[in-house]
Amino acid sequence: MGFIPNKLSDLPAGAAFEGGHPTTHTGNWRIFKPVLNKDKCRNCLLCWIFCPEAVIKKGSDNVEITYDFCKGCGICANECPTKAIEMVKEG
Amino acid sequence: MIKLQDITEEELLYGSLACAGCGGIIALRMALKVLGKNTVLVLPAGCLMATCGFFPQMAVNVPLVSTAFPSTPSTVSGLVAGLKVKGKEDITVLGVAGDGGTADIGLQALSGSVERGENFVYICYDNEAYMNTGGQRSSETPYGAWTTTTPVGRNKMWEDKPKKDLLRILAAHNIPYAARTSISHPREYMDSVRKAKETKGPAVIHVLAPCPSGWGTDTSKTVELARLAVETGIWEMAEYENGKYKVTKIIKNRKPVKEYIKAQGRYRHLPDEEIEKMQKQVDEYWKAMS
Repeated sequence: MGFIPNKLSDLPAGAAFEGGHPTTHTGNWRIFKPVLNKDKCRNCLLCWIFCPEAVIKKGSDNVEITYDFCKGCGICANECPTKAIEMVKEG
Repeated sequence: MIKLQDITEEELLYGSLACAGCGGIIALRMALKVLGKNTVLVLPAGCLMATCGFFPQMAVNVPLVSTAFPSTPSTVSGLVAGLKVKGKEDITVLGVAGDGGTADIGLQALSGSVERGENFVYICYDNEAYMNTGGQRSSETPYGAWTTTTPVGRNKMWEDKPKKDLLRILAAHNIPYAARTSISHPREYMDSVRKAKETKGPAVIHVLAPCPSGWGTDTSKTVELARLAVETGIWEMAEYENGKYKVTKIIKNRKPVKEYIKAQGRYRHLPDEEIEKMQKQVDEYWKAMS
């Protein structure tokens, strides 16, 4: 979803332009990374709805975490009722 | 009540530059999930504008109008009138502003728009200070809180006034629908956004959206704190609909206020007797309400 422009000509021009246009991979702000334990996930979707960055995707049996825009805030791990998400230090 | 399983997967807010754990972004994302793509968003110069709409970045996937601080509801009124002339009345016009942009600077414009009875949805995400500029006090800053303009030093000049009651101000306008809700209760919040969308006429939602950097808390505690505010009785979830004020979430065994206060850096200076005073106020309020 969205794209990160590489060239100047990829940037939108003018005072009005199309939306859905992120410019920064905010994932590199992250210090702690959420890691999902698939066995514990009950697919209650609480992490999905509370994620500010919309990086958690719905799945059939469990959710899925993508990392391009994840800032590592830890709300998902804090809210998970089964403690299926663990925050692991990056690096 | 909305089920989480039924909510759309379509993301209309993606890749913002907000701080990690931002409550305002959660509030806007949930609202856009209910309102859908057929929405025009109006943002004043607040955190959301600074993190979602800085050229060339545009994190929202719906048309976004940037406006001056005091005039979000006026811009919303203009857009509603324009869309009416064009015959596009199925488009929802959504205004989103913080507590400063709503309860302080934008209050007269909001009052005017609500009084005129325009058909719009307005969300005030309340982080209890002007957080975009570093945390100055607003009229929604609660009693006892530290902000940069209510500093705590030798003179102990912490905020000494209670919060402005936005819901009752709106109720005094006899607004068709207004709600006070919290991001920690997504089903209730999204249900009120749906109700606001279906309401013919103005609908205003006041939602609690904690700010980790301004409140001095860990980024992972955003939702937990919003929930604690409801569970301790500090934040009352209520609705004003068809001329009736209704408490939507009655907490039977309220947690002690101390739990909420002690979890935040902005209350670190507060002595125990002040916390007891706050507890007493909360108890008295709920006694009067029941």
